[in-house]
Amino acid sequence: MTSVLVCVKRVPDVSGEVLLTADAQAVDARYVGFTVSAHESCAVELAVRVAAGDGATVLTLGPAEAVEQLRSALGVGCTAATLVEADTAGYGPADVAREIAAVVADHEAAGRRHDLILLGNDAADTGDFQVGIRLAHELGRPVVNGVKAVEVADGVVTARGDGPDGGVETFRVPLPAVVTVLEGGVEPRYPTITGRMKAKKVAVETVAPHRAPDGPGRVRLTLPPAQPSSVEVLGEGPAAAPAVVDLLHSLGVSR
Amino acid sequence: MILVMAETDAGGVTEVSRETLTFARALDEVHAVLVGTAPDGAAAELGAYGVTAVHHAVGEAFSAYGGAVWATAVRAAQAATGATAVTAAGTPRGNEVLAHLAARLGVPMAANVVATSGDAASLVVSRQVVGGAVLERMRLDDRPAVFSVAGHAVEAHPAATAAPVEVRELTPEVTDADLVARVVSTEPGEPDRSGSLRSARVVVGAGRGAGSADGFDAVLELAGLLDGALGVSRVVTSLGWRPHHEQVGQTGSRISPDVYLPCGISGAIQHWAGCESSKTIVAINTDPDAPMVTRATYAVIGDMHEIVPAISEEIRRRRG
Ligand SMILES: Cc1cc2nc3c(=O)[nH]c(=O)nc-3n(C[C@H](O)[C@H](O)[C@H](O)COP(=O)(O)OP(=O)(O)OC[C@H]3O[C@@H](n4cnc5c(N)ncnc54)[C@H](O)[C@@H]3O)c2cc1C
Ligand SMILES: Nc1ncnc2c1ncn2[C@@H]1O[C@H](COP(=O)(O)O)[C@@H](O)[C@H]1O
Repeated sequence: MTSVLVCVKRVPDVSGEVLLTADAQAVDARYVGFTVSAHESCAVELAVRVAAGDGATVLTLGPAEAVEQLRSALGVGCTAATLVEADTAGYGPADVAREIAAVVADHEAAGRRHDLILLGNDAADTGDFQVGIRLAHELGRPVVNGVKAVEVADGVVTARGDGPDGGVETFRVPLPAVVTVLEGGVEPRYPTITGRMKAKKVAVETVAPHRAPDGPGRVRLTLPPAQPSSVEVLGEGPAAAPAVVDLLHSLGVSR
Repeated sequence: MILVMAETDAGGVTEVSRETLTFARALDEVHAVLVGTAPDGAAAELGAYGVTAVHHAVGEAFSAYGGAVWATAVRAAQAATGATAVTAAGTPRGNEVLAHLAARLGVPMAANVVATSGDAASLVVSRQVVGGAVLERMRLDDRPAVFSVAGHAVEAHPAATAAPVEVRELTPEVTDADLVARVVSTEPGEPDRSGSLRSARVVVGAGRGAGSADGFDAVLELAGLLDGALGVSRVVTSLGWRPHHEQVGQTGSRISPDVYLPCGISGAIQHWAGCESSKTIVAINTDPDAPMVTRATYAVIGDMHEIVPAISEEIRRRRG
């Protein structure tokens, strides 16, 4: 029996050009969609696998629209969802960790204990690299960071990730614990039609933040200056191969 | 005084840690923390980078890596010295240890800083957010200021004059809770050949455009014909297509070959950080607007699966 909580963050899907809001406090997301980071998609996948029949709860702190990200996680197998409704821009990583910890405490008081809490290693927008660790600190739980594989047996979580020298490192930690996930270890599943139908029926628990945030300390965002391009296009497709080889010869790197 | 947690490997102090020392030296006097076993000569190397004192945490508690217990060592050094800032390279371990430290001290932490402004009393940092597409200016009002330095934000340079370095042994008190999450075993990965990548005159790069783990034969063949090395993007290592020691970029190697041929690599800022000192860049990409193409010296537009074999074929044909 392992009850899992997984935390995701609604972020603008900026694979193309990035624009900022007029007050330079956030990415202007009017013309782009929203998503969660690849790390968090893998965390959701791991949560569903580890929880098996026992149920995985997905949580986010964000605006009312973040229900969209909760529904996506419900669609791939999470069984309950909590929205802490707040304007994310005013929250720093310590604020987010405190709010998640408050939900965990409330759930526990109501008889729903989350043995394992999964998060992404870093959020795709603010990239703070710390919410999981701060959360563990708030809850007085051990934390393992940046792993790709997570298994639970006999009240112990075994987590594996890449070490600095390219080896695979194993951690073994008793539950309850916090684990943050890096993409690449599992392939997130796609929602099935029945999964989507089920997801629609789940009632999302919506709660207000427990206290006012201290904020992220953000002064402003800036875009790096555009670089003037002076590229010389040698050609298109395989027909350009002779021009490339001529160039490699003239640079003295191919005899 | 600013305290730098230095990471080491078999070769000594890692390149990114030497970059962080270079970055920190511009701000204040620098002390370093070493945790656990360190290679011989690490302290002297730190001295060469301007470190005046090394705090070396030793003992059984530090024999295996754990974010919490390493943070205990860094915290002890900070408390002993009253350092007003604590930093490390923005590596997985660097960010992890600093996050533990900041959580314990109840202060903010800024990840992946590339520049600072203001002074020791009112520090404002610029750091990479949104996958490096945006910079955030962030205030760090609390002391110590805790931040990590983005890989390759600066180049590593030894100090003009090496300081005589004093080594102080550190035996901090460790709690049971500190020891719960530590590495219990490590399976060795593929041997690290990043040395030959960093010294290669020609690097053939490959990114997501390679398509799958099977999509590297052609780039490896071209690299072989040019006596060069293969370098890849993080997408490639994350997906497990190639080993991490082949990764170029902020969290991989920094290369400076005569010619870099990135194929199917978009040129995200974190990748660029590792390849920008290449003398000539010849990008191969289906997208003429990809940042790697617009910032390259030369480009070929099209499918790498057709272009790369054609280049190899042309080289073989000319060699007869
Ligand atoms: C903290 C942090 C650290 C990071 N560190 C690194 C790092 O060290 N190194 C690194 O590389 N990244 C790093 N990244 C990731 C980086 O932001 C990018 O996500 C990554 O570099 C993109 O890899 P890519 O170019 O292979 O993939 P994509 O961005 O998906 O680009 C694929 C490219 O291939 C082209 N393409 C597709 N098919 C073909 C084809 N058949 N032929 C030719 N071209 C084709 C496309 O047009 C596109 O330009 C880091 C990110 C973060 C947040
Ligand atoms: N607003 C949020 N709501 C829920 N989870 C979050 C939120 N912000 C961050 N997280 C989680 O914490 C991880 C690390 O975020 P960060 O420390 O901000 O880089 C993310 O990958 C998420 O799993």
